[in-house]
Amino acid sequence: MTAAKRVAVLKGGGSLERTVSLRSGARAQSALGRLGYDVLAFDAGPELLAQLRESSPDVAFVALHGRDGEDGTIQGLLETIGVPYTGSGPAACMRCTDKALAKYLMREAGIPTPDFAAFKESSVKDLGVAAALGDIERRLSFPMVVKPASQGSALGVKFARSSEELPPAIVGALSYDRKVVIERYVPGRDLAVSVLDGMALPVVEAIPREEDFYNYESRYEIGMTTFVCPAELDEAATARAQELALEVYRLLGCHGVARTDLMLDERSGELLVLETNVVPGLTETSLLPLAADAAGIDFDELIERILASAFTR
Amino acid sequence: MDDRRRARATAHELARYEALFAARTRGMKSSAMREMMALTERPEVISLAGGLPDTSTFPPALYAKLMAQVAAESTARALQYGPTEGLASTVRCIVQVMAAEGAVIDPAEVIVTTGGQQVIDLVCKTLIDPGDVIVAEAPTYPGAVPTFSAYQADVEQIEMDADGMPIDALEETLDRLAAQGRRPKFIYTIPNFHNPAGVTMSLARRRRLVAVARERELLVLEDNPYGLLRYEGESLPTLYSLDAENGSSPGRGGSDMVIYLGTFSKILSPGLRLGWAVAPRAVLEKLNLGKQGGDLCSSSMTQLFVAAYFQECDWMGYIETLRALYTRRRDVMLAALAEHFQGRATWTRPQGGLFVWATLADGVDTTDLLARSEGVAFVPGRAAYVDGRSGSSSMRLNFAGVPDQDIREGIRRIGRIMGGDTGLLGTLTGAGAGAPPASAPAARTAASEPAPGEGAVAPAAAEPDTSHDENVPLADVVALPRREAQQRARRQRDL
Repeated sequence: MTAAKRVAVLKGGGSLERTVSLRSGARAQSALGRLGYDVLAFDAGPELLAQLRESSPDVAFVALHGRDGEDGTIQGLLETIGVPYTGSGPAACMRCTDKALAKYLMREAGIPTPDFAAFKESSVKDLGVAAALGDIERRLSFPMVVKPASQGSALGVKFARSSEELPPAIVGALSYDRKVVIERYVPGRDLAVSVLDGMALPVVEAIPREEDFYNYESRYEIGMTTFVCPAELDEAATARAQELALEVYRLLGCHGVARTDLMLDERSGELLVLETNVVPGLTETSLLPLAADAAGIDFDELIERILASAFTR
Repeated sequence: MDDRRRARATAHELARYEALFAARTRGMKSSAMREMMALTERPEVISLAGGLPDTSTFPPALYAKLMAQVAAESTARALQYGPTEGLASTVRCIVQVMAAEGAVIDPAEVIVTTGGQQVIDLVCKTLIDPGDVIVAEAPTYPGAVPTFSAYQADVEQIEMDADGMPIDALEETLDRLAAQGRRPKFIYTIPNFHNPAGVTMSLARRRRLVAVARERELLVLEDNPYGLLRYEGESLPTLYSLDAENGSSPGRGGSDMVIYLGTFSKILSPGLRLGWAVAPRAVLEKLNLGKQGGDLCSSSMTQLFVAAYFQECDWMGYIETLRALYTRRRDVMLAALAEHFQGRATWTRPQGGLFVWATLADGVDTTDLLARSEGVAFVPGRAAYVDGRSGSSSMRLNFAGVPDQDIREGIRRIGRIMGGDTGLLGTLTGAGAGAPPASAPAARTAASEPAPGEGAVAPAAAEPDTSHDENVPLADVVALPRREAQQRARRQRDL
């Protein structure tokens, strides 16, 4: 239990994940209310900082996803105005949100992550990236997964199955961010491990019902995906997944809470880290609440522990 | 501890509800696209995405007067339930609108509904079992897609061209289905100023569609929200009246195969939530039962408003006002498209209605474009396809509900982003500035060509040609994507 009484829940905003954030925020708000806090809720917009300065909350609960909320922007600004906040600090947010940076750091640290290439939109023209597409194809081979470097919820993620499909997939991904990551496709099982207070929670497996991969639709519709938690893995694989999640959490400097997505390669049996999310979703279909529940931590307690992270930095 | 228990329950809500949901909810999806559409509701965004008419043209004083009149003269009725089929006074208004569309109907064959959308829902509720086939146009009305999905229909979409749904392609589809022992429950079509495609079905195709429906005993759902919003060219008869001519009681309504969908949304106000269906008696009875289960009856208050409006006002005069306004806005949009999209896209030139359908270079995904677009919104083409994938390089643009300067600025913004996208693609593929749409010929400046009245007998052929329909603009609408391989052969037969 913290001494804080007035909690400002920051949600919504102008990112592409706005509606998901509104749902995460609303659920955090109800939980905080049940826990006896004095809850203020702010839909992040041009008035946000003025509103925060005026209402001077004891702490900010960050339920913003995507641009400005997850990329270190709001975290840095909250430090500037002296409001403690939940979750990771600005540098960790930047390292996690930029998938290219996160993957380079993982590679350097020897944490397995699917091989990849990354470049900025400007380099397509300025440096003539077209000339390197052949090398990318040879190195990663088809199919490839093309992702905007900093976008959550699988928005803008495309498959490229041939040389013809690659350029449009790159252009499509670049609509969501100025940087693109092209990754070797790993067929296998979709896993997620959340870390709370430096402790790895049970592994969740997401099994999509129909689609090619775990896409936006199935992420946020109840019934579109079957979640299994704890995932049916042998002990060694479970331990390895949790260990990797903790390693990445430490490597990227996360604080309080983070969720790491992994693939279990169906051919090699190897576990590979895809990315880490610093503001994991809290919706009904999100994986963090599910994992916490499997660990015997109910939703209110989860929210309370995330809140406490604001004061242990 | 009670709160604690409740919290525990919420943590389990995922699994708890999942077990309770009906199988059909699996077909009900939210989408990344809708997520992005939510973002476009911010005030600084120019939205060309809505299906909106311009309600600001309705005189406030008149609205106040009519509401006051309904309140004063019909308090008890306005506040009461009404008959499921609708108030007789409202049905009389519908008879007038239908007459203006050139259709004579029997008031007993009308059911008043809660918007035209309810007709689509009721028709599916009445006719569709899971797995049943609906034949629709490609693209089709984006608002029908979730309804079809919710009823677990198997939707066959038929690619349109400048004259609407090609009936040869329809027959091929019907034959293919028949070979599998399947017969569609109904054919869904928007013959006038298609939403979203902007095209109009030619008279020849209308006649053939009705003949095919009679021959094969298939119902047709004719969705006609904009028929009276024609800005140029001759009005064409409704499928309903074409079928009724062959019916058992010509001249007194009585279409056997066509269910007609009409609405006050586009000629008066969508806020009223009033539409209607005109249907064969046997079907009507089932629609009525379905509506009883759905909402008992549509709002008495708004039905009385419509009745008062038709009695007191020059409703055709108001439609004239809308026509003049929308004609100008359409022209503003077409001019803006010519300025900002030229050479990089093709688009339709609607003779009426609310929408232009633009198709960009292959490989440009308009859903992604929406993510990139700053301060402008449109409906990505995928929304008009049941598979959620086709139509990805097209977009629907609304001109009717948007002021002139916003149309110009909105199109300019899309053009700018599009330019960046195609330029990038060109650089990556080594194709220079990006290839224009592969399947579509360069956009004709249709304005400079005379508008042929009805498809086949257009007098102004682009060049002399004895096959009389080969090079003639079939309607003054530029090309939708066409299936090139089959095109020539089909054109010869299809009219």
